[in-house]
Amino acid sequence: MVFVLWAVATILFLMFRLMPSNPLAAYIDPTFTIEQQAILMAKFGLDKPLWEQYFIYLWNLLHGELGDSFFYRQPVGQRVLELLPNTLILTFSSLIVAYMFGIIAGAWLAWKRDTFAERVSIPMVLATRAMPEFWLGMLLLAVFSFSLGWFPAGGTRSPGSEYSGYLALYTSRDFLAHLVLPALTLAIYSQGLPLLLMRSNMLEVMHEDFVTMARIKGLSNWTVVVRHAARNALLPVMTSFAISVGYQIQGNVVVETVFSWPGLGRELVNAVSASDYPLAQGAFLMIAVVVVLMNLLADLLYGLLDPRVSHA
Amino acid sequence: MPELTTARKPHALHWLTRRFARLQIPLDDPFAVTGLIIYAVFILVAIFANQLATHDPLEILYSETYELSSNLRPGEDGFILGTTSLGRDIYSQLIYGSRSALLIGITAAFMVAVIGTIVGLLSGYFGGWIDIVLMRAADIAFGIPFLPFVIVLSAFLEPSIWNVVFAMALILWRDTGRVIRSQVLTLRTRTYIDAARIAGSSDMKIVFSHIAPNILPLSFLYGSIAIGWAILTEAAISFLGFGDPETISWGYMLQDAYASQALSTGGYYWFVPPGICIILVVVAGFFISRGYEEILFPKLKD
Repeated sequence: MVFVLWAVATILFLMFRLMPSNPLAAYIDPTFTIEQQAILMAKFGLDKPLWEQYFIYLWNLLHGELGDSFFYRQPVGQRVLELLPNTLILTFSSLIVAYMFGIIAGAWLAWKRDTFAERVSIPMVLATRAMPEFWLGMLLLAVFSFSLGWFPAGGTRSPGSEYSGYLALYTSRDFLAHLVLPALTLAIYSQGLPLLLMRSNMLEVMHEDFVTMARIKGLSNWTVVVRHAARNALLPVMTSFAISVGYQIQGNVVVETVFSWPGLGRELVNAVSASDYPLAQGAFLMIAVVVVLMNLLADLLYGLLDPRVSHA
Repeated sequence: MPELTTARKPHALHWLTRRFARLQIPLDDPFAVTGLIIYAVFILVAIFANQLATHDPLEILYSETYELSSNLRPGEDGFILGTTSLGRDIYSQLIYGSRSALLIGITAAFMVAVIGTIVGLLSGYFGGWIDIVLMRAADIAFGIPFLPFVIVLSAFLEPSIWNVVFAMALILWRDTGRVIRSQVLTLRTRTYIDAARIAGSSDMKIVFSHIAPNILPLSFLYGSIAIGWAILTEAAISFLGFGDPETISWGYMLQDAYASQALSTGGYYWFVPPGICIILVVVAGFFISRGYEEILFPKLKD
């Protein structure tokens, strides 16, 4: 895992340093003298040979030092950590909704196998997976915000509102109203995975001996399906949650942009557009760390919840 | 092995039908057939885009009285889907968008399937250090957040639709590679492979003419999913403003609509059609891959 993170950091370094555009383009005023430019180059360590820059970079990373944003003139680490909660709140609230819906609907569809309801639902679920997330966001925005005026159009809070602290902000009505549309967009997109997984697991579990046993015992259909089959079908779905978090964090980029949600993804887009290298690098690394951690967690959970895996 | 002797000097046509049969295109599955029909329609639209389009998609249009034909509703002044805020014909953009979508989708899917298949074959068959190196590379590819990676790459390279294809070729072979590797691991132990080895076939011959044909449907499964991924990724990149402004794509249209306030002015005719086209093409890939899944994993059927 450390190896993967190191490799990702190295690839990132090479990408940012070897690309043609000048990192200081956004920072250096064309009217600056050569000497002034040189001072700035030295300040960001850009005058040293590449390998030396690389070791400075790795050393700094180990110490959690991500440099200063060219644009905000503020430490990148601090800024990225400020944005992380917004992204995590959006990701988790949407995924929790998506999984609750997906698990129930998936079990229900397995129960309704070969009925009209199933035949109509499956293509619809696949269609939600085929939607561009930002397009869905645009649609919801146009309908519920601009046409009906039920929800605010973007950001995390209304202009002029002040909160005493993060807790007060995150629990305020205003914040939650801003959260609904982006979270709903992501939830509609992500419910497909748990739903389809739950359905196919249910179909598989229903053939297992312990389910037949439960039926022979004369238990009601409801008890068999919910208490016996669904519980076991749930395990792999729960491990997919960790992987979904990793994917969602990457996919958030576009949805955050549509809803002007101040998260890591939107910051990455803005930083890349503005050639703000340290900030783009920091946001990218933060996202990569979440992805790698979630992949690891999924592996661990998989072994923990289903011991057959680690014994095989 | 009678199969080998008949295959030695086949006619070109015979060879082709045999290869086609190997792909096992699932023609009895209604999902797969729907998917194939959707593809066929979009391919025809892309080929005949010049004939189908009513205007140049990037031309700024004026009415007969030299007024800018901007923000027209569908049907007004003969514009089938209306015009954009700059006076461009939405219908023609939609038609031309199918070209870049299919171009990106098919090339990216081809790259992903080919790279993933080769990685899986080599890794699974040879094992040892080749396997370790390739699977470590896959681990790294899994650690790189895909969309952010494409964003950074597109921003640094010249704006072009090929950036998405390039990025996909660099990253997305990982899923295909892993799955094919595990498939090869089981195939490797089959007796017919031992037979080929005893008969004196070289490793390369075994890998590419005895093992590869058996995993082709799996490559196709991942390829058909990758078409959708490529189109979705291109749309996202164009939407974020890192696309090629010279190429009309559905993502470009959505970005244009979003940036031109089409959402707040009720311009559904502008941004709904490109989204529906994207969904149709991507879902077609899913449908076809479902057909393949039922062939590959028949257990799902009962």
